Amino acid sequence: MKIIHCPLNGPRNAQEFVCGGEVKFPPAESAAPSDAADLEENTRGWVDYIFMEENRAGVVREWWCHVASGYWFIAERDTISDTFLRTYPSQELMNRPVNNGTGS
Amino acid sequence: MPLGLLKYGLRKKYQGRRYFPAAAPLRPCYDVVIIGGGGHGLACAYYLARDWGIRNIAVLEKGWLASGNTARNTAIIRSNYLTPEGALFYEESLELYRSLANELGINLMYSERGHLTLAHTDAAIRTSRWRAEVNKHLGIDSELVGVDEIRRLCPQLDLSDKTSYPILGALYHPPGAIARHDAVAWGYARGAMERGVEIHQQTEVTGITIEHGRVTGVETNRGRISAGKVVQAVAGMSSVLARMAGLKLPIRSIPLQACVSEPLKPFLDPIIVSGSLHVYVSQSARGELVMGGSTDPYPLYSTRSTLDFTEGLMGPMLELFPFLRHAKVLRQWGGIADMTPDFSPIMGLTPVKNYYIDAGWGTWGFKATPVSGKRMAETIANDRAPELLRPFELARFDRLQQVGERGAASVGH
Repeated sequence: MKIIHCPLNGPRNAQEFVCGGEVKFPPAESAAPSDAADLEENTRGWVDYIFMEENRAGVVREWWCHVASGYWFIAERDTISDTFLRTYPSQELMNRPVNNGTGS
Repeated sequence: MPLGLLKYGLRKKYQGRRYFPAAAPLRPCYDVVIIGGGGHGLACAYYLARDWGIRNIAVLEKGWLASGNTARNTAIIRSNYLTPEGALFYEESLELYRSLANELGINLMYSERGHLTLAHTDAAIRTSRWRAEVNKHLGIDSELVGVDEIRRLCPQLDLSDKTSYPILGALYHPPGAIARHDAVAWGYARGAMERGVEIHQQTEVTGITIEHGRVTGVETNRGRISAGKVVQAVAGMSSVLARMAGLKLPIRSIPLQACVSEPLKPFLDPIIVSGSLHVYVSQSARGELVMGGSTDPYPLYSTRSTLDFTEGLMGPMLELFPFLRHAKVLRQWGGIADMTPDFSPIMGLTPVKNYYIDAGWGTWGFKATPVSGKRMAETIANDRAPELLRPFELARFDRLQQVGERGAASVGH
């Protein structure tokens, strides 16, 4: 049985967690599209955010959730060796200035 | 030792025939380079040579022939999909499969068993009826059946109401079949080689050369090869290879595991699937129960096996067939599935000129081997996707036109 280190709850059984997918950021907030080319550009940003995946063979940075406590955090994981390298609270990633569409 | 036998064995006249023609040396230039020597890549090479007269083809395989998902699937063939686009596509594959053994001159052990997708809830009954109606409208043999009919088709199932999730009905698809997956690849490989296609094993692509938005060749561990057209058919590694061509795909690589039991007397004729219990099972010609479930809980590029999987699978298996409690699991394995957001494949042209993609085969690739090979060959020869493949183009995501097959592609996602 695999053990995952939850930043909030410590080492817990892997079955208590779900993977929330790669850390991605939505496209920057933009004004209403003015023409067709603008709309297409706008759509492409969202298509990329919603559907496309880096899907790396190697180290990835993902959202994970400890379901029992509803706690979301960030995990760095190796997808070739199936090992968790590091888990940490999402604030560590989110508190730095990022263009995540909230305008902050 | 009988002397006659020894003499027979030593005579030159009765030497064994090679199954495959001898491998040719790798040349520096080909009209078409197919990356991936699995069922899809080999089928594509075969149909390019047979239907379109393109014979200057190299199939590059980094391991050995059909060593990836072609050898790891659970060999089920069916066409009872949910969307008209999906159902028509897989139906053409099923028709090709029916005559494939004769065409390739190899025993595929194609065995029509009938396919039962069990429904344990009202919601599952509703989806089954929906699928049955879509299928019937398209001329596909598929219907919703009740418990009495299930009992007639598969009396071994526990159909009582004493189980946790009693069986209420099933989607019945009589043409559902199983086949010997290795033979499909070998047959296509031989057919292609007889027509002049070269297959190079132990040849790994390490880079893709693109000039002015057009692919011109590939870098391999055996040197550079220039190519007029390049096709990728490497389910399991699609994102990694596509990145070499500068493409990003809507794919997550997630392991799908399966296992087989020790050989048992033949007792199970139809293929049994339960979406609610996340399990499917069929009995192979040598008596092994071939069992599978849902994909692993998170993306991975490792084909390791886990006890979590086997443990999670056996509970529902015993609920369906309680008498199997003493049967033993013989072996277990995993393959890497290209999971797409809409549970449909990605086939056709890409933004890179002369670079074609055959990916996103998730848990539904084996059954599509003939049709994807045939239609990808057509796409490559004409540099244009036929109507049948149009809905599955990579560009469908830009158009927000997914082909939603989540309800019919496999179990428990």
